This record gives sequence, C-alpha cells and structure tokens, in this order.
Amino acid sequence: MDSIKSWLARSGMGSVLILALIIIVVFPLTMDLFRLNLVGKYLTYAFVAVGLVMLWGYGGVLSLGQGVFFGLGGYMMAMFMKLEASDPETTKIQSTPGIPDFMDWNQITELPLWWEPFRHLPLALLAVLLIPTLLAFIISFAMFRRRVGGVYFAIITQAVCLILTVLIVGQQGYTGGVNGITDLKTILGWDTRTDEAKYILYFVNAGLLIASILLCRWIQLSKLGTLLLAMRDKEDRVRFSGYDVSMFKVFAFCLAAMLSAIGGAMFVLQVGFMSPSLVGIVPSIEMVIFAAVGGRMSLVGAVYGALLVNFGKTYFSESFPDLWLFLMAALFIGVVLAFPNGLAGLYESHVKPRLGKRKDKPAAGTDSTPSSDAPPATPLHSGAPHGGKPLARTALPDGVQGTSA
Amino acid sequence: MSLTDIMNITLMQGFAGLSLFSVLLLMGLGLAIIFGQMGVINMAHGEFMTIGAYTIYMFSSLTETFLPGFASMYFPFAIVAAFCIAFVFGWFIEWALIRHLYKRPLDTLLATWGLSLAMQQTFRSTFGAREVSPTLPDWLLGSWAPAEGLDIPINGLFVLALTALVTGGVLLALYRSRWGLRVRATVANRPMANATGINTSRTDRLTFAIGCGIAGVAGAAFTTIGSTGPTSGSLYIVDAFLVVTFGGAGSLLGTVASAFGIAQTQSIAEFFMTGSMAKVLTLMMIVTILMLRPQGLFASKIRR
Repeated sequence: MDSIKSWLARSGMGSVLILALIIIVVFPLTMDLFRLNLVGKYLTYAFVAVGLVMLWGYGGVLSLGQGVFFGLGGYMMAMFMKLEASDPETTKIQSTPGIPDFMDWNQITELPLWWEPFRHLPLALLAVLLIPTLLAFIISFAMFRRRVGGVYFAIITQAVCLILTVLIVGQQGYTGGVNGITDLKTILGWDTRTDEAKYILYFVNAGLLIASILLCRWIQLSKLGTLLLAMRDKEDRVRFSGYDVSMFKVFAFCLAAMLSAIGGAMFVLQVGFMSPSLVGIVPSIEMVIFAAVGGRMSLVGAVYGALLVNFGKTYFSESFPDLWLFLMAALFIGVVLAFPNGLAGLYESHVKPRLGKRKDKPAAGTDSTPSSDAPPATPLHSGAPHGGKPLARTALPDGVQGTSA
Repeated sequence: MSLTDIMNITLMQGFAGLSLFSVLLLMGLGLAIIFGQMGVINMAHGEFMTIGAYTIYMFSSLTETFLPGFASMYFPFAIVAAFCIAFVFGWFIEWALIRHLYKRPLDTLLATWGLSLAMQQTFRSTFGAREVSPTLPDWLLGSWAPAEGLDIPINGLFVLALTALVTGGVLLALYRSRWGLRVRATVANRPMANATGINTSRTDRLTFAIGCGIAGVAGAAFTTIGSTGPTSGSLYIVDAFLVVTFGGAGSLLGTVASAFGIAQTQSIAEFFMTGSMAKVLTLMMIVTILMLRPQGLFASKIRR
C-alpha cells in the first residue's frame, strides 16, 4: 500500500515537473523575447484555467464570471502603476498635475478617495489578493447558502460580469473607460518595459503558476479535495454525512477568484495595460474553454489548454481571420460532445496505454453514476482523483465513496 | 412648465418604459419556453433573434428589387417567415446538438456558446460586418400625436402590439393546446409522460423549435427599433436570461412580471442618471434580489 501511495503521489508530481521544465527551461531557451512575452501573457490566463479546474472540475460549479476577478486583480495592479506613472513632474502639462491622464481628460480635478490606497505597493498587492476574494465570498456565500447551483449560478456570475463591464465603461473618469488603463511604466522605480524586466517577470509569473498548481494539487490530495469530488457527484450524501456543503463550494469559488486575480495582476505587469475587454462575458467564457480543452479535471492540462487555444487564436486570427470563430465553435462543441475530458482525457486514453503497462494501477472507487453537471466519470479521466481516493479512504465516511458498489 | 407639460413628460416616460418592457418580454418569451420549460440553456438565443432580423432585411431588399409595389405590405409576411426560418433552424439544432446534452446543462451552455460563435461568423460572411437595417414601410415610421406636445413613436406601439399578440399566443398554446399539455406533462414528470404515451423527445424538439421561432419574431420586431449586425444577438442574451430567471423559471406570468419590473426600474432610473448607471443599478438590484430569493419572483412548483 505504501509503495502504491508514494508512486501515485510521484505520478501526480511527474506531470507538474514536466510542465515546469517546459515553461521555465524550454520556452525561454527556444523563443525570442517577443514570443516569450506572448507565452507569459497566455500563462496569466492559465491561472484562471487552473482555478476553474478546482471550481468546475472538482467542485462541479461553473462560473462564467472569472473575467471579473481577473479584471479586478488586473485593474488594481494597473491603478498602482498608473499612479506611479502620473507623478506631478511627468503630468505637468495637465490642468491638474499628479492625477492619471484619463481623469484629467474627464474634467476630474482631484484623485478620488478610493484611489488613494493604491499609492502604496503593499496595500495594492493586498487589495489584488483580498478584494476579488471578498467579492467572490459575498456572491458565493449568498448563493450557495440557499443551495443555488449549476445553471442559476452561471447566469448570476454572468450578470456580475456585465455589471462590472458597464460600470467600467460608464465611469470613464474614474476607470479609463473603454480604453482601460494604459501607459504603465514602473513599479517603485523599476522599469517593467526593459528586456531584462520582461525576462524576470516571465519567470516570476511561471514560478507563481507552478506554485499555484502545487497548492491546488495539495488541496486535491487532501481530504478537502476528496470531499469536493464527493460533493460534486452526490451532494446530498455529503450533506447527510454531516458536512457543510455550501462552505466547501464557497472555498472553491474564493480560491478560483484569488488565482484569477493573481493572473490579472501578472497580466498587467507583463502586457502593460488593462481594459474592460478582458473583463466581459466573452473573455470569461473563453477562459472556461481553456480549462475544458485541457481537461476539466487536470490542473496541468489547463495550462496546456490555455497555451494551445491562445496560440491557435493568435495564429488563426492572423492567417485565416474568417476561420477562427468557426474553429473556436468546433472546439466548444467538440470538447462537449466528443472529448469531455479534454487533452488530459485523450492522453489518458490514447497515449498512456502505449507508454507501458501502467493500467494496472488500482481502478477502484470510480463513480459510475454521473451527476447532472459532471460528465460521466469514465475511468480514463480520473487520473488525478485516483491519487486522492486511496489516500483518503481510511479517513472518509462510507457513504461518500460507496456509490460504485 | 405647465401641468400639461408634466403630464406629457410622464406619459411619454411611461411609454418609454412600456416600450422597453415589450422589448424585454419579447426577448424573454422564447427563452422562457426553452430555458424555463425545458431547462436548456441556449446561449445562441440571441443569434436566433439575429436570424429573424436578417430575414426582415432580406425580405426588404428582395421586395425593393423585385416587387417595389409590395413595399408597404411585406412586413407581416416577413415576420411570419422569420418565425418559420428560426423554427426550422431550431428544429435542426435540437436534432443535431441539444438532444445529446439534456442531462448535462452546463455542457449545453458551452456547446450553444460555440454554436453562437459559428452563427455570428456565418452572418458576418453572408451579410458583411456592417450593421444593416431594412427599409421600413411608411406606416411604421413617424409618431402618433394624440394631443399637443405628446408624441408616441409608432414603431414602439407596433412592438408593443406584437408583444401582446405573441404573449397571448404563447399563453394560449401552453395552457389550451395539446402541445402545451404535452410540454407541461413532460416538464412535470418525464417518465410518467412517456408512460402515458407522450413522445417526449418529439415534444422537446417541437418546444425548442417554437422557442427559437419566437426568438426569430423578436429579432424581426427589433429591426423597427435598431439596426442589425452579426453580433447584435450577443447584446441581448444576458438580459434575456435575467428576465427569465428573475421572473422564476418555469413561470410564464413571472417572465411578464419581471420584464415589466425591470423595464420600469430602468426607465425611471434613466430619468435621474446616465443610461449606463441606470443599467448598472437595475442589474445590481436584480442580482441582489436573486441572491436573496433565488427561485425568482414567481416560483414554479417544480425545482430542478
């Protein structure tokens, strides 16, 4: 039992290690800075996709509003950098020096109070982490307490997306409107636009992403991860076993929100602007497809999904702009109808069997009764959950895992 | 400002609210059938509206080229055609896509979003990226002035009348026809409906197609108010879903009530602040109320 346990733990880590190797070593060595910066941008979306794996794949809750948290994180980082970029010296041609240029264009003569905290980096970073999480908590606590889930939750998150977009576009003087916040230059005097800074930011971003994946992996392997899965498949049984189901969902949503916010902040640092086009409904749903293409149960797959879809988008929208939307449509429909477990599922079912006789791992505990929200849990997609189930078996009440009996 | 002026402003403001109400209701009706009754999240609903709008545009250009004398008459026929085209397309989509996904509502959402992308690109390739508007018949233009200083736009009246007609038709069909009986039976208890000899998969297909057809009529009606572009449909979709959810999915009267409430809130708020802030305020109110009362205004007895 012990050897199987350690082998499973290693096998989970193996794919993370390969991913880390690819994005930290292979990409920087083989790509020029422009491409690397592009990859860095895509990897910020991967934060959202990783969060969605936890929320959607594990928790069974689909949020169509991750753009809200990505955007909030990004906007708050951008607010800090914008304030630093608009010191009285550089903005002395404005009628009110020392405030961001778009405020000046909109006849605002003094910095609004709620911008003040963003003069300080620690406060700004704290806000990036806490405010989106707090918003996620408020939304999800109210909803999950009343046992609202699935479809209704998706619609509400979409409405939140719309609210934030309309608010940002409408309050041009305070948020920069449609153009967003642009012309970002430095953090505490450190220029983020030099080649060196771009390399450093790329590695910081990659490191943070790997750290997030490890954190999520750790959660998956813990009892909490098992409970999330159990809740997704048979919510009532978990509730009857005495667990407070809603708080687990709230946790998953807050985790996903915080990861998205980190992604948003890293986006601003690497790309140098933030605009409402990254907050709205369309980008939020696109972020779901990253996770779906990678495989909604696979953390590592989510990163590959984000990279692949975005490279595809860049390539096709440059070369065949008419075809891109059709391809995207085919991706959406195909990932739902033909391969619901995404790239990770294809790997498990087609590549892995040929790599050797790894199939002899214990195929226990596979839930054969699909819940309404989740795809049928075929053995092939559960590489990750298998890692968690045997470990937690002794710690769980019988009702949670006994569905396959 | 005299008393009659204030009266007139109040009346016209009230009519603006009514106009928005009819637009929201018309958007929500098709979805109330598809989402409310069947529980299918059709993210391509807005694109079915766009189908209707482009049908009107096609009819208008065709009549202009081949039958100029018919120009004042084409509109009613075009609306019927809009219904039929959207109906047939909806029938096909249900057969090709939706019926495989009834047990997985969240996956339906993704698949229909993909469908909407494909439809948008098809519109763009066929009709061009620019917004188009049909040549409206004379009797739809201008405004009706029952009193001095009081102007009621005729296209608003037309949409209002059409909405009343469609709503009445849907209510009648749902509660007084064999189809409605079958739909309600299927919604209430699918296995039992099957056991009593109702072909539920046929009922589903017909229901979905009728919902799409109504979306087509809605899109057709909107050509009298604004122009149509390939992505027009996506502007409506969130509003449409909110109208249905807010009213309480499964309750048609709830949809009517929520469309009325949302429209009046928004048009009154627009009187005091900018349009975008009014929209934000309205949406925030809807979301807050939905958080406190997730079942919507009028909860149906069946919870899924």
